[in-house]
Amino acid sequence: MRDGSYKTIIRDGLWDNNVILGQMLALCPLMAVTGTATNGLGMGLASTSVLVVSGMAVSLIRKAVPQEVRIPAFVLIIAAIVTLLDLAMNAWLHELHKVLGLFIPLIVTNCAILGRAEAFASRNRVGDAMLDGLMMGLGFTIALMVLGAVREIIGSGTLFSGASLLLGEPFLFLETTVIPDYRGFLLFILPPGGFIAMAFVLAAKRIIDKRLAGDADADVLPGRIQPVDEGA
Amino acid sequence: MSEDVREVDQDRPSAPAEQASAWISKAAVLFRCRIPIDAILLGVLAMVAAAALAMGYNATAEDIAKRKAEDLMASLVQVIPSSVHDNELLADRRHVVDRVVYRAKAGPIVTAAAYEVTVNGYAGPIRILMGVTAKGEILGVRVLSHSETPGLGDKIEVAKNDWVRSFERLSLVNTSTEQWAVKKDGGRFDQFSGATITPRAVVKAVKAGLDFFDTYRFAIVRDGGEVKE
Repeated sequence: MRDGSYKTIIRDGLWDNNVILGQMLALCPLMAVTGTATNGLGMGLASTSVLVVSGMAVSLIRKAVPQEVRIPAFVLIIAAIVTLLDLAMNAWLHELHKVLGLFIPLIVTNCAILGRAEAFASRNRVGDAMLDGLMMGLGFTIALMVLGAVREIIGSGTLFSGASLLLGEPFLFLETTVIPDYRGFLLFILPPGGFIAMAFVLAAKRIIDKRLAGDADADVLPGRIQPVDEGA
Repeated sequence: MSEDVREVDQDRPSAPAEQASAWISKAAVLFRCRIPIDAILLGVLAMVAAAALAMGYNATAEDIAKRKAEDLMASLVQVIPSSVHDNELLADRRHVVDRVVYRAKAGPIVTAAAYEVTVNGYAGPIRILMGVTAKGEILGVRVLSHSETPGLGDKIEVAKNDWVRSFERLSLVNTSTEQWAVKKDGGRFDQFSGATITPRAVVKAVKAGLDFFDTYRFAIVRDGGEVKE
């Protein structure tokens, strides 16, 4: 193990190589679910569990599966895990499933999951792969939640509406009305608003990165995005 | 390639996996080509996945069926008030033409029925559950699922707007055919600002539901005694 590699994994997942903000993957479910912060949170958590379990499974079989057939094998594993998650949520977390039900099958098409399986889990040990899945998932969740919050506040003037439905009654306090008597801004609830909000969030990340890097890097060229992992 | 891809882990080779890959290379030599090996491996993996899915399905099937019944019951209760029946709604179901009708009975007498109607809205099918008295008067209408525009067409949900309640107590007798339309089309139902197609579709569906009840009324209430007047 290289020194500080756990730190690298964590940093990569949450910030540097964040699924949305760094790798720009999984934009399709992103636009579909981030109408509210709550939906973003739910989708993020569901994807995180798939990322962790698929990371583990892929890492476990990485030496037995030959290079030539690894992609179909990974797709198979991910699809099976998502289907199992869908069944389990339908049976035991029914309220959450009613909110997210439509989006769960979409997790299969989340290229970030295959991307991590191919770029990380298939080359690293089980523990690392699971940590990477967890951190990538949390980074994804945070990005979804931030974007959902921006769109929800601008679009409908509320924040975390329906959180008690997703997380249970104790979380009722999360539900706030930010702008009372707001008449709504439909554009931001619809996918185009997602793209617009996404642009601002990306720009914000860029500015923060630039500040952190100090003035030496002040003339960063546009397009200095982390290279997208192959196979994603 | 980003930096998180480290050198293939040098340390601690996992024994069974190593063995497996050694076995695979040996077999490859035997077959003089890897393709059959790869195919067999994929097949085995698919079998493992299929087995896991079958087990998962079996483990959850019962609970999922229960949840579904609970959901249905929760909707039925909203369109058929408990005051009009004393039977188990889910138990008394019958197939009439192409749909399932749930019958509410007070003693042996059928007092009301609930069934689903489906219509194409603005952005896909809208599934509606409606409850109707034996005389053909609407008790309640609820939208079960839809994919209408959030903020515009979704006012057909009772959680968002009282609009669906405007159907209550209407029937083919007290509302003429021309009135079964949104106000824009000369009818009696409100449309929403910015969304006319959705309420128009729902009105059409509810009217079709009443027509269905009118046509098959005998088949729906038969054998449970006479129609309660």
